[in-house]
Amino acid sequence: MARLAVALLCGALFGAGLLMSGMTDTRKVQGWLDIFGEWNPTLAFVLAGAILPMTLAWRVAARRRAALLGTALPAPASRRIDPPLLIGSALFGAGWALAGLCPGPALASLGFGGTGGVVFLLAMAAGMLAAVPAAARLGRTPQIKDA
Amino acid sequence: MTIADWGRGFAGGLMIGGAASVFLLVNGRIMGASGILGSLLDGSDRPGRAEKMAFLIGLVGCPGLLSLLGNPAQTHLTGNLAVVALAGLLVGLGTRLAGGCTSGHGVCGISRLAPRSLAATAVYLLSGAATLLIARHLLGVI
Repeated sequence: MARLAVALLCGALFGAGLLMSGMTDTRKVQGWLDIFGEWNPTLAFVLAGAILPMTLAWRVAARRRAALLGTALPAPASRRIDPPLLIGSALFGAGWALAGLCPGPALASLGFGGTGGVVFLLAMAAGMLAAVPAAARLGRTPQIKDA
Repeated sequence: MTIADWGRGFAGGLMIGGAASVFLLVNGRIMGASGILGSLLDGSDRPGRAEKMAFLIGLVGCPGLLSLLGNPAQTHLTGNLAVVALAGLLVGLGTRLAGGCTSGHGVCGISRLAPRSLAATAVYLLSGAATLLIARHLLGVI
């Protein structure tokens, strides 16, 4: 029960942070990628703000055997850079630029994003399901992990 | 674009990183939006279902309520639904193949200098900038 409450609160804080930072505004996100147009550096400040506490959190996690609620901590990061990682990231970057939405802000803006937001989310869900057979074709060991 | 925008960006970033830190240290989970939604959809993490559902309720509900009760938020998403659908498809397929998106690779992975996350972030930033250059400045479709 405590895990569910913490998950709910983390989701809420993540969503509030995305809204506050402007990452649910597709113009700011596209502005960040528009290095040949009117470049908008806001996203660099968002990333810096997010990476700062998370770097400390990984340092604390490295000295612990388990998470506070007793569950296992994530395994050490894999070093394997393979075709699904590179092809997937290239496809993701293209979609991110076309609409200005990535998965977190797409979910966070669902409540106020109108029809377009719903269309994006449904298409994204279809793409996620299509990734299962696509991964099987690309790699010898089809494995889709949480990053 | 103003200094205040950058300040809000940094403050919002701290909230995002704070949420990711608590999710890691308390629940032992990596806060990646594409992984959480994708594994719920394809059923690849049945034991984590309830926890991920709770996370998504907070992620969709909180900003929705804030927009309803406070300043109404806007996404300024293009009205061209064909572009929106294509973009959604690419984002869903790409993030699951790559095992992460801006939160999982960009925030959580870079924070521990994970080689996969550094490579993924470099590739999606380059691909994004190239796509914007082509679609906006050469083709004029977005």
